[in-house]
Amino acid sequence: MAMIFQDVVFYVLAAILVFAGLRVITARNPVHAALFLVLAFFTAAGIWLLLEAEFLAIALVMVYVGAVMVLFLFVVMMLDINLEQLRKNFWDAIIPALIVGGLIFAEMVMILVSKKFGGLVPATHDANYSNTAALGNLLYTDYVLPFEIAAVVLLVAIVAAIALTLRRRANAKRIDPADQIHVKRADRIRMVNMPVEKDAPVEGEKT
Amino acid sequence: MMTDLLNMLQQFFGPLWPVVWGLAKIIAIIAPLMIGVAYLTLFERKVIGFMQVRIGPNRVGYYGLLQPIADGVKLLFKEIILPTAANKFLFLLAPVLVFAPALAAWAVIPFDLNLVLADIDAGLLYILAMTSIGVYGVIIAGWASNSKYAFLGSLRSAAQIVSYEIAMGFALVGVLMCANSLNLGQIVQGQAGGFWHWYFIPLFPLFIVYFISAVAETNRAPFDVAEGESEIVAGFHVEYSGMAFAVFFLAEYANMILVATLAATMFLGGWLSPLPSLLPDSFLWLALKITVMLFFVIWLRATFPRYRYDQIMRLGWKVFIPVTLVWIVVVGAMMQTRWAYLFH
Repeated sequence: MAMIFQDVVFYVLAAILVFAGLRVITARNPVHAALFLVLAFFTAAGIWLLLEAEFLAIALVMVYVGAVMVLFLFVVMMLDINLEQLRKNFWDAIIPALIVGGLIFAEMVMILVSKKFGGLVPATHDANYSNTAALGNLLYTDYVLPFEIAAVVLLVAIVAAIALTLRRRANAKRIDPADQIHVKRADRIRMVNMPVEKDAPVEGEKT
Repeated sequence: MMTDLLNMLQQFFGPLWPVVWGLAKIIAIIAPLMIGVAYLTLFERKVIGFMQVRIGPNRVGYYGLLQPIADGVKLLFKEIILPTAANKFLFLLAPVLVFAPALAAWAVIPFDLNLVLADIDAGLLYILAMTSIGVYGVIIAGWASNSKYAFLGSLRSAAQIVSYEIAMGFALVGVLMCANSLNLGQIVQGQAGGFWHWYFIPLFPLFIVYFISAVAETNRAPFDVAEGESEIVAGFHVEYSGMAFAVFFLAEYANMILVATLAATMFLGGWLSPLPSLLPDSFLWLALKITVMLFFVIWLRATFPRYRYDQIMRLGWKVFIPVTLVWIVVVGAMMQTRWAYLFH
């Protein structure tokens, strides 16, 4: 019963994932394509949950759905894309696309049919097993060096990205926040004592 | 008596029982939450009214107590206008996408010892993931409306939420270092033994960063540039009317209650009593702590003018993230010394 239920969930998620993946490349509007990619990530996270990889599944939602795709959408929405122009030379790229796609397909088949992969069912654990703790133990003991190297690579990428995009424009107006905070009332307003210019109207006189 | 009734129902529903029982529990969480959202709007209007030396709503029902219901009924009967150039499907999907994560996150919130819908190990991560999905509704709403103001609002919101999520995540890293767990129930139990064991004391800078980031994440004043009435009319929901608008409104308040609950759970001991030797632990403590946190959020709105957009970005990136990074190192270093007991 439980197994059948999991199978049903898997096939439903897989169907949604394949559909979303196809729509990513076939949707005419780039914003729709990006949104289908979000759906694909989310569904993939669901499949990972079925494999009891809850940390990875939630991290996928947090990082890719919650941050990367938000920024991606941000950019895609800002671009002024002419759909006609974009699709004009679409079929010219068919030969390289077929080569790349065919290679990826062949690689996938090679992995999927290999004996190490086929029939490998992940071990089930009891409810007390903490996926997160197990992953942390591995990352900070056996794989500490690759993990740290990956972190350094990411840091270099961050620094490089900032260095590439940071331009100091000569005529840009900047405000020093410290100056703003330390501003006193006397810097901004001047109290002026003005005498009353007009006397009160006298009885019977037209104003 | 109670178990007899449950057994009878279990036999009646047979194999469908887990589904029925799960739905019953979900309704038991969401129904009070919706009432809480409705009365939070009244609470906010009353509190801000008193702070500004006004009376606030007092016409509908005794003391204005029926005002939220009157507002809801009014919005329900209003027409939902679809802009002609809008993307209809996404336009109507957006409010749902804002609202659903705000409700889904409640699945892992513990209300009392073992009183939780889904007692999952990675509860804290799940909450972070769910709250980060909510931004899609805002972005899609702004884009699908096909209006410049709405689009500007959604871009502001996207940048702001992505920025503050980092500070918020780092603030929660401190909590999980202290609690040694990502499970919200275990985080609360790690704070047992009186209010001086609650994490807001050793993690005070993180508590402040979390609270302000949470206000920013929910797009509340003084961080409400995504709505920014004075600049971009109503931001991302400018084209929405009737019930579609009401769903945005409900989601904002549901999110407020959610972040207040998270602050109460992770820094203020959840359902634990401040003086366990005198007063028993109870759900009422959690409710009281949530109310206090919500009062602070409302107080902020009544007090501060709206931040300028660049000031928001500066606060998030140049103040909060360094503060959290430094304090995480402090906590980690202190845990290796003989003062480690302060951080558990």
